[in-house]
Amino acid sequence: VNGIHDMGGMHGFGPVVREADEPAFHEDWERRTFAISVLAARAIEFPIDEHRHAIENLAPTVYLQAAYFERWLLGLQAVLEHRGVVTGAEVEERMAAIAAGVAT
Amino acid sequence: MDERSHTDPPSGPALRIKALESILVEKGFVDPEAIDDLIDVVENRIGPRNGAQVVAHAWVDPDYKERLLEDGSAGIAELGLSVLQAEHLVVLENTPDVHNVVVCTLCSCYPWPVLGMQPSWYKSAAYRSRVVIEPRRVLAEFGLDVPDEVEVRVWDSNADIRYMVLPIRPKGTDGWTEDELVELVTRDSMIGTSIPHDRGLNLAEDT
Repeated sequence: VNGIHDMGGMHGFGPVVREADEPAFHEDWERRTFAISVLAARAIEFPIDEHRHAIENLAPTVYLQAAYFERWLLGLQAVLEHRGVVTGAEVEERMAAIAAGVAT
Repeated sequence: MDERSHTDPPSGPALRIKALESILVEKGFVDPEAIDDLIDVVENRIGPRNGAQVVAHAWVDPDYKERLLEDGSAGIAELGLSVLQAEHLVVLENTPDVHNVVVCTLCSCYPWPVLGMQPSWYKSAAYRSRVVIEPRRVLAEFGLDVPDEVEVRVWDSNADIRYMVLPIRPKGTDGWTEDELVELVTRDSMIGTSIPHDRGLNLAEDT
């Protein structure tokens, strides 16, 4: 069984686009997603492969449309849910509360 | 940057990571100060300069080069550079007959203790899919024309093994100090999509 992540040899993705003087991260949420993923893996003791596996299990359409660190973010949440650290509902609630300005 | 387009509103991922951070801090899994410290390490203390030091040292010290090619992780640790990842690091030597280039077709495995964070193109579907089937064409797009008589070897990184290229020392650099040599070594020359700056020849290079 192959997956969408197994990209070697696939056709049709066009030229390789490069960015001059590219920073390590483009946006603040990207650097925080990176750091929190690494620290959560240490604290909860899940191997990096579990995170990668969760990313590879994203729906193919999500995988292709999401930016790189969005895949990390969605993979991280999947691992945390699988490990019972958070529930999807809890995350949605907190997002709504932060958006409404009643939580930080 | 078509890979960065998405269907969520722009605040989507920013809001989601804020929520996860909020919950993880509240439950005591993550220390906010540790987040800032780790970001500082990644943005300011690791990067291709580390790899360049390894390359320059290998160019001036043949015994070191031998040890480095034998065991990349140990060779890097020998220079006092932090090896933050447990994965094994293999150093691939370019020669007049062989040009090496590195990819991770499955995700974006990368030797970040020596090279820093991956550039976006390394993570892109285009690079991952194409460099394994048409490496010469991809390298040409980077401005690197590999002569037909030179073999191109493409190395696919994985969870356990990360690769870094040891480029050929440019001609005309005899007698240069290690510090001067470090300046010639670019990130892309250690991925294999370029070669070190070669003053006077004006070879194509983007960083």
